[in-house]
Amino acid sequence: MLNNEIFINTIRFIFLVLTQVLLLNHIDFLGYINPYIYILFIIVFPFTGNKSLLIFLSFILGLTVDFFGDSGGIHAAASVFIAFIRPQVLKYSFGISYEYNTIKISNTDFIKQLIYVGSMVLLHHIVLFSLEIFNTDHLLLLLKTTLFSSIFSIIIILSAITLFSKKTK
Amino acid sequence: MQQILFFLIRNKNFLLFIALFSISFFLTIQTHSYHKNKFVNSSNSITGGIYSIKNSITDYFNLREENKILIDENTRIRKQLESYKSKVVNQNIDTTSILSKYYFVASKVINNSFSKTKNKLTIDKGKRDSIQLDMGVITSKGIVGIIDNVSNKYATIQSILNTNSQINAKLKNAKHFGSLVWNTEDPNVVQLIDIPRLAPVNLGDTIVTGGRSTIFPEGILIGAVIDFELTEDENSQNLNIQLFNDMTNLEHVYIIDNLDTQEIINLEKGLENVE
Repeated sequence: MLNNEIFINTIRFIFLVLTQVLLLNHIDFLGYINPYIYILFIIVFPFTGNKSLLIFLSFILGLTVDFFGDSGGIHAAASVFIAFIRPQVLKYSFGISYEYNTIKISNTDFIKQLIYVGSMVLLHHIVLFSLEIFNTDHLLLLLKTTLFSSIFSIIIILSAITLFSKKTK
Repeated sequence: MQQILFFLIRNKNFLLFIALFSISFFLTIQTHSYHKNKFVNSSNSITGGIYSIKNSITDYFNLREENKILIDENTRIRKQLESYKSKVVNQNIDTTSILSKYYFVASKVINNSFSKTKNKLTIDKGKRDSIQLDMGVITSKGIVGIIDNVSNKYATIQSILNTNSQINAKLKNAKHFGSLVWNTEDPNVVQLIDIPRLAPVNLGDTIVTGGRSTIFPEGILIGAVIDFELTEDENSQNLNIQLFNDMTNLEHVYIIDNLDTQEIINLEKGLENVE
């Protein structure tokens, strides 16, 4: 069972990174809007899994995307940040009981899913674009990019969750 | 002692987070200064290799257009060659004896970005093709950027669409110099700043490289003026330049190797030492 989980997460890691760097980094919708799907790895990482391991894996995940995008450490920083804050976001979206129940994200209400995914994506994008732009002169650009990219990412991530989940009914 | 250990164990997630976040932040800050990011860049063999595989597939999609661009360039160069020939009395030019300060290496773009504020490109030539740091990169239509990281087989370019980029440029029909920068708004429009107020600027004027550095030869095309205005202190004017290159669609590029670079750098170093 445990081996199976490691295998699934490894495949997911590689698949998400390749999709991100080969496909989604080149969409450039309206000139500058790109969705960031790779954080799906952090979002669907087992809720009861080791927290330190998740933070470390997120760092590796972000750094890999940075290598491909020549972007220094911005993806690594943003990923580590949401991995660290994830328990709080989970508690806030699904209530205190998430730690004791083995809930799966695809089986919860749509509203709760939206709140959880939305908060994670927004937090990630704010850190990501603040570090990328790194200039108070471009505050409007920062807000604009964060907002539009977030909407795009949230739609893609929610669709991915719905598409790739096993129906357990 | 036990308490310190206990504290470390209890806060291990937070400490891990702080450590990794600091590393990422440090790597980010490094990229803000020109070619300091020695570690995280896509010129290494794994990312370069994956990009080449991808490029070998997507290449076929715009073969037709690329062929057209190359044929256009050939025609233009052939015309130039004929006009030179007609001026030279001796028709038999031995091409090996033509002396040029510059040497060109052709290469292919395997990854291109233009939607971020600090854009980079990756190409499939590296150290073994004698590519070095600080070489200029152009296409047949205009400039692209400067090499900022080199590995054995690949190299990355700091695009002119990068807020760190600053390139010396001038008006083609006047001798006024300025710096070429980018305000992140449009991937086909860059800004030429610090042009003196007295410089005669007209809409549609051609902007070329200035030739004040060893990176680009003088007179490489950049773009045309689409609008201009005086700065607030009224001492200089800022120009918006429409690039001749389509930066969103780059395939074949040339890297310029200035054979005199080393000599010029040594000379300048010598001068500094004397002072």
